[in-house]
Amino acid sequence: MEKPNGDDSIKKKSFVVFDSVQKTYDGETLVVKNFNLDMDQGEFITLLGPSGSGKTTCLMMMAGFEVPTHGQILLDGTPITKLPPHKRGIGMVFQNYALFPHMTVAENLAFPLQVRNIPKAEITAKVKRALSMVKLEKFGDRRPAQLSGGQQQRVAVARSLVFEPPLVLMDEPLGALDKNLREEMQFEIKHLHEDLGISMIYVTHDQSEALTMSDRIAVFDDGIVQQLATPEELYERPENAFVASFIGENNAFIGEVESLTDTDAQVRLATGELISALPVNVAGQGKKTTLSLRPERVYINPETASLPNILPAKVKEVIYMGDHLRTRFEVAGNNEFIVKTPNSSAVHRYMAGDTITVGWTVNDCRALDA
Amino acid sequence: MSDSMHGSHANPSNAGDNGVKAPLVAADGRPLKVSLRRALFKNKLRAILLVAPLMLFLLVAFILPIFSMLTRSVESNEVRTILPTTALAIQAWEGDGLPDEQVFAALAYDLQEGQRNRNLGRVASRLNYEFSGMRSTITGTARRISNIDSPDSWKETLMEAHRNWGNPDVWTVIKRESRGYTLSYYLAALDMRFDTDGSIVRQPESRRVYVDLMIKTLWMSILITFLCFLLGYPVAFLLASLPMRTSSLLMMLVLLPFWTSLLVRTTTWIAILQSQGILNNMLVALGIIDDQARLRMIYNEIGTIVAMTHILLPFMILPLYSVMKSISPSYMRAARSMGATGFTAFRRVYFPQTVPGIGAGAILVFILAIGYYITPALVGGESGRFITNFIAYHMQVSLNWGLAAAIASILLGLVITLYLIYNKLVGSDSLKLG
Repeated sequence: MEKPNGDDSIKKKSFVVFDSVQKTYDGETLVVKNFNLDMDQGEFITLLGPSGSGKTTCLMMMAGFEVPTHGQILLDGTPITKLPPHKRGIGMVFQNYALFPHMTVAENLAFPLQVRNIPKAEITAKVKRALSMVKLEKFGDRRPAQLSGGQQQRVAVARSLVFEPPLVLMDEPLGALDKNLREEMQFEIKHLHEDLGISMIYVTHDQSEALTMSDRIAVFDDGIVQQLATPEELYERPENAFVASFIGENNAFIGEVESLTDTDAQVRLATGELISALPVNVAGQGKKTTLSLRPERVYINPETASLPNILPAKVKEVIYMGDHLRTRFEVAGNNEFIVKTPNSSAVHRYMAGDTITVGWTVNDCRALDA
Repeated sequence: MSDSMHGSHANPSNAGDNGVKAPLVAADGRPLKVSLRRALFKNKLRAILLVAPLMLFLLVAFILPIFSMLTRSVESNEVRTILPTTALAIQAWEGDGLPDEQVFAALAYDLQEGQRNRNLGRVASRLNYEFSGMRSTITGTARRISNIDSPDSWKETLMEAHRNWGNPDVWTVIKRESRGYTLSYYLAALDMRFDTDGSIVRQPESRRVYVDLMIKTLWMSILITFLCFLLGYPVAFLLASLPMRTSSLLMMLVLLPFWTSLLVRTTTWIAILQSQGILNNMLVALGIIDDQARLRMIYNEIGTIVAMTHILLPFMILPLYSVMKSISPSYMRAARSMGATGFTAFRRVYFPQTVPGIGAGAILVFILAIGYYITPALVGGESGRFITNFIAYHMQVSLNWGLAAAIASILLGLVITLYLIYNKLVGSDSLKLG
């Protein structure tokens, strides 16, 4: 498996382009409302979102199994919207692997090469190489049903790569595996991506999977990309309330903007407290806003006036998680205020019913759309 | 064998270990295997009780009758029971020339006995199958000698009563049929017979019926199976790929024939296909055929094939549908994404996965077809008859149950053989009936 020719001039222009793509199945509701994407060669992009958010539909349009109702899809500069799937040369891994049950593993891997009329000797060599790539050299003669879930997964990945496509699509490929195996496979797929230099579009609803594997993540909701950014960007600087709540854990307050500067928004909560937050996505003075605060950015019992935001908090529940403690507070009427503290001997453990104070900085508290 | 023994000798420590090892015991000290067996016994008993009523019913209403039918195909005890003294006496005869006086006397005694008990009819018609003219020979002789009491020579008296008694072939037949079992039904079913000297020969050409009919039944069944596959496969595919609401409507249409009486369906075909029927009238009205040249589509092979294909179609569609329903559409998509055209994807990925369904449907339709009776009887006419129609004829009209049983047994054997061949080729584990 060689790297696709990484000619610099090609690398500059976008490898995959979705240009204002829309899709409707029934002519009444848009499943994909307006999807735009510029993807570079060799990039790993994840489409992340809850089920029914339109991410799989986008993948199927890329593969050619669905036709966009409106808009263009370009692969390497050529529009492919009208090209049938078998002429696109895109590798694909399906949710339940879709390994052909009546063929052996080796026959499964040979299939994409046979339909391309590649000479037999070459097929044998390529199949062997693909098997060793996923560490299944000895399993060529087995039927898919005789393999474990993880092995089937590997075969499916190998089969999508064996004909050396420049782009591989993966539709929730790890959904059927248990947690440990899933994490192991995440790294394997990531390493294959890096070693082979291919471009990948990956669909999942598992945010931790998306965060660990991707170069960029497109967060889908309701047929719209809510934010398209690197994992770090998404977690640290979510642009709207949906992304903030969907990626990672999040403490949210709803309030009204009282005053607004470039770096500071004074937000009045329903319970009367005034909070200083970083304005990111607010409509303006007097408008509603959602404040987003990560649990690990909360200070417990800060010194008086050391932080701009300090509020009383009542301990509701302490959950022991092994490496850390999750403490649930009631803060300003929010019963679900979570704080994570490391489980070290120095940290005092609170009991349900204790009343303490919590505080945070202006920059850690982001004022987003309502 | 010797290898394995050698192996066990070569490793005596192993055997010693096994001998010393105590059997595992349950908590109460009983051997574990005994406890397990006791625990499983209740389940087994329950299973047996659940199937017992049906087993009993099958045994009485199905298995025993079939067994008795099969024995009937080789049974030949008429001579032994109705002409017992003759059967005994003839054993001494070597088959050269005519038997001696003792045998003739025994026959005369048996005939007189039989005439008194009025049970000669059975043996007369039984021997008539083997040697035509024997019915009148026996009944006529019995009538003539009923009042004769110990003449000088029974040999001459009998030969005078009917000239057949002077024919050694007649005595050969009687001796052969006095053994209690016979091959003659099977020979007749295969268009063969015993020659006068007892050797097996083929029937004269004009009297060969069953083998040709058997072959014809076979190929017509194969043709019907093939037509069912040809017509049923696309329908099953459509059923499996349509959305639920539309497919259940279509499924109802497929099942509709099941809710109509077989007789109604068959006679409907008569109304459609006969020379003054709907189809012919339509063709004439459209000017496609001349009124004088109406097509003969019923009371021949065409009638049988059309009507039976229609009747057996659901048996092909249903197993196909159940198999196709279980094939995920992602297989085809995967094949297409890997560069296969729609046709290649179908041929190499979809079709092979439907083979178990084709096998199940084909074997269902074929076995049903080869034993079909009513439809060929009603619409088959002369040329569209099946072998089953002859079985029915011998059961109901000619009353030659032995021959009917022999043909039926051959048919049963044929079906079993074909199934075994199929099993060897395709494997029954890949047979999916739903």
